[in-house]
Amino acid sequence: MVDPTTTGDAPRPPAAQEHEPPAPVLELDAITKSFGSNEVLKGVTLTLRPGRVTALLGANGAGKSTLIKVLSGVYPDHGGEVRVDGEAVAMESPSHAARHGIQTVHQRIDENIVPGLTVAENLVFEEVVRGEVPKVSSLRRLMPRARQIAATLDLDWPDAVLTKDVFELGIADSQLLLLARALVQRPKVLVLDEPTSTLSASEVDRLFALVRRLCGDGVAVLYVTHRLSEVAELADDLVVLRDGRIRASQERPFDMEAVVRSMLGEGLATQHDLVEQRGSTTAITLHGVRLLRRSDPVDLELRYGEVTGVVGLIGAGKSEMARGIFGADRLRAGTMTLDGEPYAPRHTSEAVRAGVYLVPEDRSAEAMLPGWSLTWTATLPFLRSVSRWSFLQRGKERSVGRTVLEDFGVVATDPDQPVDALSGGNQQKVVVGRWMHAGPRVLLLDEPFRGVDIGARGDISRRAREQAAAGACVVVFSSDVEEIREIADRILVMVEGHLRLDAYTSTVDNDAIVTSMSEVA
Amino acid sequence: MPEQLSGPTAMNRVQDGVVKYGFIAVTVILFTYFALTEPAFATSSSLFSMLKFTSVTAILGLGVTFTMVVGGLDLSIGSTAGLAVQLAAMTMVFYNLTGVTAVVVVLIGGLAVGLLNAFLIVICKIPDLLATLGVMFVIQGAKLIPVSGQSVSSGMVLRDGSVAPGHFTEGFLKIDRGFVGPVPLPVVIMLALVVLSWFVLSRTTWGRLMYAIGANPEAARLAGVRVGVYHGLAYVISGVFASVGGLILVSRIGQGDVNAGSSSLLEAVAVALVGTSVLGLGKPNAWGTLLGALLVGIVLTGLTMKGFQYYHQDTAKGLVLIVALLFSFTLSRRKVRYTPAT
Repeated sequence: MVDPTTTGDAPRPPAAQEHEPPAPVLELDAITKSFGSNEVLKGVTLTLRPGRVTALLGANGAGKSTLIKVLSGVYPDHGGEVRVDGEAVAMESPSHAARHGIQTVHQRIDENIVPGLTVAENLVFEEVVRGEVPKVSSLRRLMPRARQIAATLDLDWPDAVLTKDVFELGIADSQLLLLARALVQRPKVLVLDEPTSTLSASEVDRLFALVRRLCGDGVAVLYVTHRLSEVAELADDLVVLRDGRIRASQERPFDMEAVVRSMLGEGLATQHDLVEQRGSTTAITLHGVRLLRRSDPVDLELRYGEVTGVVGLIGAGKSEMARGIFGADRLRAGTMTLDGEPYAPRHTSEAVRAGVYLVPEDRSAEAMLPGWSLTWTATLPFLRSVSRWSFLQRGKERSVGRTVLEDFGVVATDPDQPVDALSGGNQQKVVVGRWMHAGPRVLLLDEPFRGVDIGARGDISRRAREQAAAGACVVVFSSDVEEIREIADRILVMVEGHLRLDAYTSTVDNDAIVTSMSEVA
Repeated sequence: MPEQLSGPTAMNRVQDGVVKYGFIAVTVILFTYFALTEPAFATSSSLFSMLKFTSVTAILGLGVTFTMVVGGLDLSIGSTAGLAVQLAAMTMVFYNLTGVTAVVVVLIGGLAVGLLNAFLIVICKIPDLLATLGVMFVIQGAKLIPVSGQSVSSGMVLRDGSVAPGHFTEGFLKIDRGFVGPVPLPVVIMLALVVLSWFVLSRTTWGRLMYAIGANPEAARLAGVRVGVYHGLAYVISGVFASVGGLILVSRIGQGDVNAGSSSLLEAVAVALVGTSVLGLGKPNAWGTLLGALLVGIVLTGLTMKGFQYYHQDTAKGLVLIVALLFSFTLSRRKVRYTPAT
C-alpha cells in the first residue's frame, strides 16, 4: 500500500507534529502474567500518549492477546503496575477498565455483538447492562440514544438500519458498531485488536480515517496488528513484543527491517554447520497457483533430495500452499504435477496414497485424537498395512507403535500410553514420526516446531534432513527465519501470497531474507 | 498436563475403581436382591424371558452405538423399527408373500433408511441429530399413508371392501418364538449381533476409523481417512440393525401395529449411553450397550415382580440412565468422548 520510506510525509494528526510529547495517559510498568508455570508476559513496560497511534507488533504466541486482556481487565491477577494519568489503578474487571477510560475492540466480532437484537439495541447494550436504560423498554425509547451513539461516529445509519437485526449488518458495519459502542464511553485509551483482518480495502481506509480523527481529539490508540503496511500508514510509534517482552520501540520513520528482525528473534546471526544438499529431480510443480484471494499466481518447483523452507509472516499463504498440495483444501486456481504427471488430489486420502504427507499447523486441533494411544495415532493413516482383509493385526500394529517410539526417542512409558498425556514435543514426534515411518515421497511440515521444546526440535530437524538425504522431498513452512535456516537447503520467502525469494541457503544471507520479508506490498 | 504425568494418587485409584466396576457392581447387587426376595426371578425361564424382552432394545442400542462412535446419534431407529413392523405385515398380509420375502423386504427397508440418513448427513451436511430427527418424522408419517393409518392384521378388510388375502406365516412367527437348544432365538440373534459389533468396532479397520471420526473428524481427515464414507456407514449399519429389531418385534406381536417401535428410541439411546459408562471406557462400545440393556431388563423385570405397575417403568429407566451418567460424567476422571454434533 505505502512504501515505508515515503510515509513520513503522509498527513499526520496534529498531535504527532508537536515537539514536546504530551504527558502519558496510560503507563504499563513491568506487567507480568503467568498461566501455571507458563510465563507469558515477562515484564512489559509501555507508554501511551494522547493523540498518538502506537502499533503493537508481534508474531503468534508473543503475548499480544494476553497483554490486551490485562489492559481490558480480563486478567486482574497480573503482576506490575498500570497507571492512568499518572495514578496507579487496579484493573479488576472489564467494567473497571471502562471506568478508567480504557476501551477495547476485540478481534472476534461474533463474540461481542448480540445476535437476535436490533442494531439500536446493540448500540445501547452497555447502558442496558449497567441498568442506565430500563431493561424492559420499547425500541422506540431506545432509538434517540441509539441515534446519538451512531452520530458520534458519523455513521449515516437511518432508522431503517437501526431497527434491523444486527445479523443483517455486514462484517465491516458490525465492526463500526462495536467501535461506536466503545467510543460513546469517551475513552482516553482505545485498544484495537487486529481490526482490519476481515475488512476490504475501502473499509480499511474508512477505519483509518476514523482513527486519525480520534487522535485529533486526543485519544491514545493502541493498534494491534501483524501487517507492516498498516503500521507504515497509520502508526506514530511502534513496539514489538516477542516472548513476553518489548523487544523494540521506534518512532516514525520506522526501520521495517529492524522491526521484522526483532519480531523474529535475535539468533539470526548464528550460522549452522548445515551440509547443503541440492536435489535435481522435480517432485512437485505448481503452475499459476493462487494462494490468497488477492494474490498473483505462483509458479514453483519442489525437488526431491532437499529440504525446502518456506518462510513468511502470518497470512503469507504458507498453510494454504501446504494444505493445497495435500488435498486438504482446494486451490483457488492453478494446477500441479507430481513426478511429471498431473496431480489434483480431491481428498487427503488420494495424497496419502500418492505418498504426499502433511503435518498440520495446529497440532491439537488437526492431528491429536483425544484419548488415543501412541500406537493408534501412529497407525491411523496406514491401517491397511497393519491389517489383512480389514482385520487389524494387533501385533503388527504395536510393533509400528514401538518403532515410531524408539526411532524418534519419544519419551513415553509404552506404545499404549495416551498421546495427549505426552509433552508437546513428544506429541509432535509421534505425528511427524508416523509419516516418516511410512517413507514419504513428499513430506510437508507446517510449523513443525510450534510448542515443541529445543531437544525435540533438533530431533525432528535431523530426521527431516535424513529423509531428504534418502531422496524425499521435504518442505518446511515456518514464520521463523532461524528455524528455516537450521533445517532448509533452499529458502522460499512468501509475502501476502506472493513468492518473493527463491534461493539456496548458502547463497543468501539473513539480511536478504529479512529485506524480502519486510517489503511492504 | 502435569497432573497426569505425576501418576494417580490413592484417591484417584479408588475413584477409577468405582467408575470401572461400580456399574457392574450395581447390576450384580440388584440382581442378587431380586433373586433373593423374589424366588421366581432367578429361574431359567424367567431369565430367558427377560433376555428375550431385552433383545429388541439391545439390538437397537447397538445401532445407536455405531452412530455414537462416529460422534453422532441416530434418532430415526425407533421409526425404522416401526417401518420394519409394517413392511413385514404388508408383505405377508396384503401381498400374500412368504416370510423369507418379508425378511428381505424389511432388511432392504432398513438399508434404505440408513442410506437416506447417510445421504442427508454426509452429502447434504445436515447435522446428525437434525437429519435423523427429520427422517424419524418422515418415516413415522409416511408409513401411515398406504394403510390409511390402520394397523395391518390378518383378515382385515381392505379399502376396496375385499378381505386381505395373506397372513403371518408360521416360519415368520418363529423368529420370536423359536429356540436354539434352550435359548430363545431373539436372544441368540442379540448375542450374535453384540459379538459382531464388538468385532467390527474393536478388531477391524472400519471400527478404528469410525472411532477416529468420533474423536476428531478433522484430525482423521488430515490423516487421509475418508471421513464421509465411514460416517455414512455407521448410519447404514444403524438402519439395518433397527430393521432387525423391528423383525423380532413384529414377529412377537403378530400384526402390523402402527405404533410399534415408537417407544424404543429413547430406551435404545439410554442403553447405549449407559454402555459408555460401564467398564470405565468412556466411549460407546458393544459390550457396554449389552450390559446397559441387561440392567434395564433386570430392573424392569424385578419391579414388575415386586408388583409395580407398568406406569412406573419409565421412571425406573430414567433413574438407571441418570445413575449411569453420574458414573461417566461426574465420577470419572477421564473425559467422556461422547458429544453429539448438533
